[in-house]
Amino acid sequence: MNWLAKLEKIDRRWIFLGVALVVAAPLLLGLKTSVDITPPVKNTYETIDRLPPGSVVMVSIDYDASTMPENQPMLLAVLRHAFQKNLKIILMGHWPLGLPVGTLGLDQVAREMHKTYGVDYVNLGFRPGTAAVMVNLGTEIRNVFPSDYKGVPLDSLEMVKNVHNYNDIRLLVGIEAGDTYEFWIIYVQARFGLKMAMGTTAVMAPTAYKYLQSGQLVGLIGGLKGAAEYESLVNHPGIGLSGMPAQSAGHLLIILFIILGNIGYFLSRRKKA
Amino acid sequence: MMKREIPLLITFLTGLLMVVQFFVPHRPIGQIGTGVLSWYTIIAGFTLLLGIDSLVGMHLKKLQRKQSGWGYSIMLILGLLLALGLGIFSEIKYGSALAFGSPFMYLYTYMMVPLQATMFSLLAFFIASAAYRAFRARTLEASLLLVAAMIVMLGRVPLGAAIWGKFPILAEWIMTVPNAAATRGILIGVALGGLAMSLRILLGIERTYLS
Repeated sequence: MNWLAKLEKIDRRWIFLGVALVVAAPLLLGLKTSVDITPPVKNTYETIDRLPPGSVVMVSIDYDASTMPENQPMLLAVLRHAFQKNLKIILMGHWPLGLPVGTLGLDQVAREMHKTYGVDYVNLGFRPGTAAVMVNLGTEIRNVFPSDYKGVPLDSLEMVKNVHNYNDIRLLVGIEAGDTYEFWIIYVQARFGLKMAMGTTAVMAPTAYKYLQSGQLVGLIGGLKGAAEYESLVNHPGIGLSGMPAQSAGHLLIILFIILGNIGYFLSRRKKA
Repeated sequence: MMKREIPLLITFLTGLLMVVQFFVPHRPIGQIGTGVLSWYTIIAGFTLLLGIDSLVGMHLKKLQRKQSGWGYSIMLILGLLLALGLGIFSEIKYGSALAFGSPFMYLYTYMMVPLQATMFSLLAFFIASAAYRAFRARTLEASLLLVAAMIVMLGRVPLGAAIWGKFPILAEWIMTVPNAAATRGILIGVALGGLAMSLRILLGIERTYLS
C-alpha cells in the first residue's frame, strides 16, 4: 500500500529518463506507422490542389530553428505539393532568425523538383514590423520589398513582374510557431480577404481552431501529426511520419504517469481520511 | 504643459489618421497611411539595433564587474561578432548571407539549428513532469480537464486511433467545439480590452506611455 502512495511523488528524473527512452527508441529503431487524415489538413491539401497551375502562393516563415523539427516537415510537404501542381511560390518571413530555415527548405525542394529561381519561386526575405509589413503588402509589395533577399530588384524577376499586392496572390500558407498567424488573420484576412491556411506547432493549434471554425482559415496543419498527415497526402514520407511512433509513445507515457500520479493521490487521500 | 499636450495631440491625430485610412483607403489619406506604415517598418528595424546595443552593453558591464556568469557574456559577445563577421563576409563573397554553402549558413545550420532545437526539445521533459504533477482529479473541473487532455493526447497520435477508432473524432470535437468556444471568449475579451485601451490612449486618458 505504501509503495502505491509513493506513486504520487515519483522523482522527476525517472520521468525524464522515461521520456528520453520512449522518444529515442522508436526513432533509433526506425519504426513506421500510418496516420489518419483529419479534416483541417485535408482542407489545406484540397485548397492547394484546386488552385490552377501558375497561381501564386505566398508562404510566410514565422518560426525559427527552435521549432524546426515540427514546422520544417510542414513547409517541405506544402512546397512539394505546390511545386507538383506547378504553383508559383513567394517566400517571406516575419522572424529574423527564421528566414534561413525557410530558405533551406525552399532551396531543398526547388532543387529536388528542378524549379528555377525567379521563374517558379522567389524569396523576398525578412522585414521588421510584422503588422505594418502585412498591411503595406496589401497596397504594393514593392513598398516593403523593392528587391528580393539577394538585393535583386523584383521587376527583374519574371515571376513577380505582375504581382503587386494580395489581389495577385491566391493563397497564403503561414508556417507558424507563435502568434504571428493571428496578425495575418486580423490585418490581412479580415481586411483584404486573402484566403489562408496555417501550419502551426501543436501548442499553437488549439488557439487557431476558432479561425478555422469561422471560415477565416481554410485549413490547419497542427503539429508534427499535421505534418505527417500532409506528408501522407503528398505521398512523400519524411520527418513527420517517422516521428509519429516516438510521439505516440511519448503521449502514452505521459498518460501513464498521469494515471499513476492520480492513483497515488487517491490512495494517500484515503490514508489521510 | 506643452511637454504633455503636444505629444498627446500628435498621438490623437496619428491615431485618428490611421483609423480613418482603414475605412477610406483612397488618396491622399490612404497614401499617408501607407507612408506611416513604412516609417513604422524603418523604426522597427532600428529597434533591432537598439536591442543589440542594449544586450552588448549589459554583457560588457557584467564583464567589467566580473559578475557571476561573466564567462557566458564572453561567449555571447564572441558569438555575436562571429555571426556578424561571417554574415558580412558571406554577403560580400556569396552575394547573400543566406546563399547555399556560405559560411553564415554553415554556422546557422550546424550551430544555431541544433542549439535552438535542443533548447526547445527540453520542453518535452518539462511538460511530461508538469503534466504528472498538475493533472490531479482534485475537483470536478480538474477531472474534466484531465479527461479532455487524455482524449486529445490519444486522439492526436496514430496509437490513439489504433486503441479506439473514436479517439481522433472525439479529440477533433474537443478542439473544434469547447476549445474554440473558450478561446473565442478569451479573444473577444482581449479585443474589447484592446479597444478600450486604444480609446483611452487616443483621448489622452491613458498617459503612462509618456512617463
